[in-house]
Amino acid sequence: MIRIAELACGAEYSGIQREIERAAETVGAKLVYPEVDLDDIINVEKKFGISVSSGDLNLAMARATRIVENPDLADAVIVMTCFRCAEAAIIRSEIRKYIHQNSKVPVLSYSFTERTTAETLLTRVEALVTTVKYRSLLAREKQTGITAGIDSGSTTTKSVIMRDNQVIGTGWVPTTDVIKSAEDAYNAALKASDLKADDIQAIGTTGYGRFLIGKHFNAKLTQEEITVNSKGAVFLANAQKGPATVIDIGGMDNKAIAVQDGIPGGFTMGGICAGASGRFLELTARRLGVDISELGKLALKGNYQNVAMNSYCIVFGTQSLVNSLSMGCKPEDVAMAACHSVAEQVYEQQLQEVDVKEPVVMVGGTSLVEGLPKAMEQLLGIKVIVPPYAQYIGAVGAALLVSGLLEA
Amino acid sequence: MAKVIIYPTTSLILADLVDRMGHKALVAPEAVRDRVTNPEIKSPPLNITPEEPKKGLKYAAVDVPSGIRGRMALIGPLIEEADAGIILDDPGVLTGCAGCNRTNELVRLLIKTKGIPVLDLKYPRDDTEARGFVARIKAFLEGLK
Repeated sequence: MIRIAELACGAEYSGIQREIERAAETVGAKLVYPEVDLDDIINVEKKFGISVSSGDLNLAMARATRIVENPDLADAVIVMTCFRCAEAAIIRSEIRKYIHQNSKVPVLSYSFTERTTAETLLTRVEALVTTVKYRSLLAREKQTGITAGIDSGSTTTKSVIMRDNQVIGTGWVPTTDVIKSAEDAYNAALKASDLKADDIQAIGTTGYGRFLIGKHFNAKLTQEEITVNSKGAVFLANAQKGPATVIDIGGMDNKAIAVQDGIPGGFTMGGICAGASGRFLELTARRLGVDISELGKLALKGNYQNVAMNSYCIVFGTQSLVNSLSMGCKPEDVAMAACHSVAEQVYEQQLQEVDVKEPVVMVGGTSLVEGLPKAMEQLLGIKVIVPPYAQYIGAVGAALLVSGLLEA
Repeated sequence: MAKVIIYPTTSLILADLVDRMGHKALVAPEAVRDRVTNPEIKSPPLNITPEEPKKGLKYAAVDVPSGIRGRMALIGPLIEEADAGIILDDPGVLTGCAGCNRTNELVRLLIKTKGIPVLDLKYPRDDTEARGFVARIKAFLEGLK
């Protein structure tokens, strides 16, 4: 059983401890609490570099130092503190960095409210467990045989067929009925690759609908999108060795993943509001009267500084959009402002939680909206890579990883 | 017998002194015990559910972190019940705390602004101060009806 060390402040008093336990149980993990001496807490500043006025945070830091000194205490770490607590936000981030820099134990950090449920945590905890449990599978660099990947996303369903390390067919449909959409995408990929279902040796599924379609297709691998997407991203970007950062802005949420040698080390998954997702870009395209596939090219001609826009909330973002157009702003400036706004929020909310290391790989359908990687480049000040098949990243990752199970 | 809220609300030293003087110490562990021993709630070990942070809205606004509101759901009613208060202004970690210093600050504020007799104390650093510490608490508690 995978042991996840819980370093938390406020989880019990927020009434969500049972939810954290439920998420861990669902993925076959158990929570552990490394023991510390009173002296470890009182003298935490000597080892960790700081002590704060809240006792539970000092306890969390003391536990972190214990894990670094003895990594056998836990297989993974989850650092959780209350949302909106400044003191805890600083310490949460520092604990994550401390463990990441001083050990190989994977870390997840998360800020919760009393509304946080096991379901909210499930994908994150599942990814954490996967990085431990399937480390050898995640280290796989080549696809072999004939395999398929299906990514049942919140907005679109994607499928690829791979043979001998090459993508030979793709299928893409909007997600409506989850199973029907998966069948359509899969059949489209089969048709494009000139193969039949019987030719496929194994199927891997990922995305929000992974469990449902995994069962339907009798998939050999059903895996959350954080590990699968990061694998697909570094595979397609040819960045499987060394560090990399994967940014995936999806239709409903976004993910930032720090990868080392193809294996996720730390990650965040966010989506406070659709304003920081592909939904806002779709809405912008509709309001501007252009197809979403044209929005990026339009944005590249514009200057975001000519438009005041903040899509922190999709409702206020839409107001900014309408206001700017009614004030006579140019559509290209509005398009770029929308891209910049989404990128800025991912930068502020997600990328502050992972160690951004080059190459930065941007994936998912939104990465094809050219203005978005451009805006991210402007914010990060470094080149952003959009690999081929960027929108099929989850399906490619699933097809690649499931091929590793063919030999098992 | 008076009900005396103590700060830190987990201080065994203060609770013991209050009880010895024939008053009732209002302490957080009692509020926790009520939940721990309540078989109706299925959220062990403390049996605190997401309802507690909502109850805590009585003491802190919705933009205050949930952990503070959850703690206040336990400690707030104790403050309401109190006839008097004893506050240790500079408790060390060994004296006890709520785990969260923002909660500690709010608890001190609510005790001080309740309009009840409050004794403010410094933590004793030597034997002489300790004797003075106990004597002041004794005098304060004897003055309560």
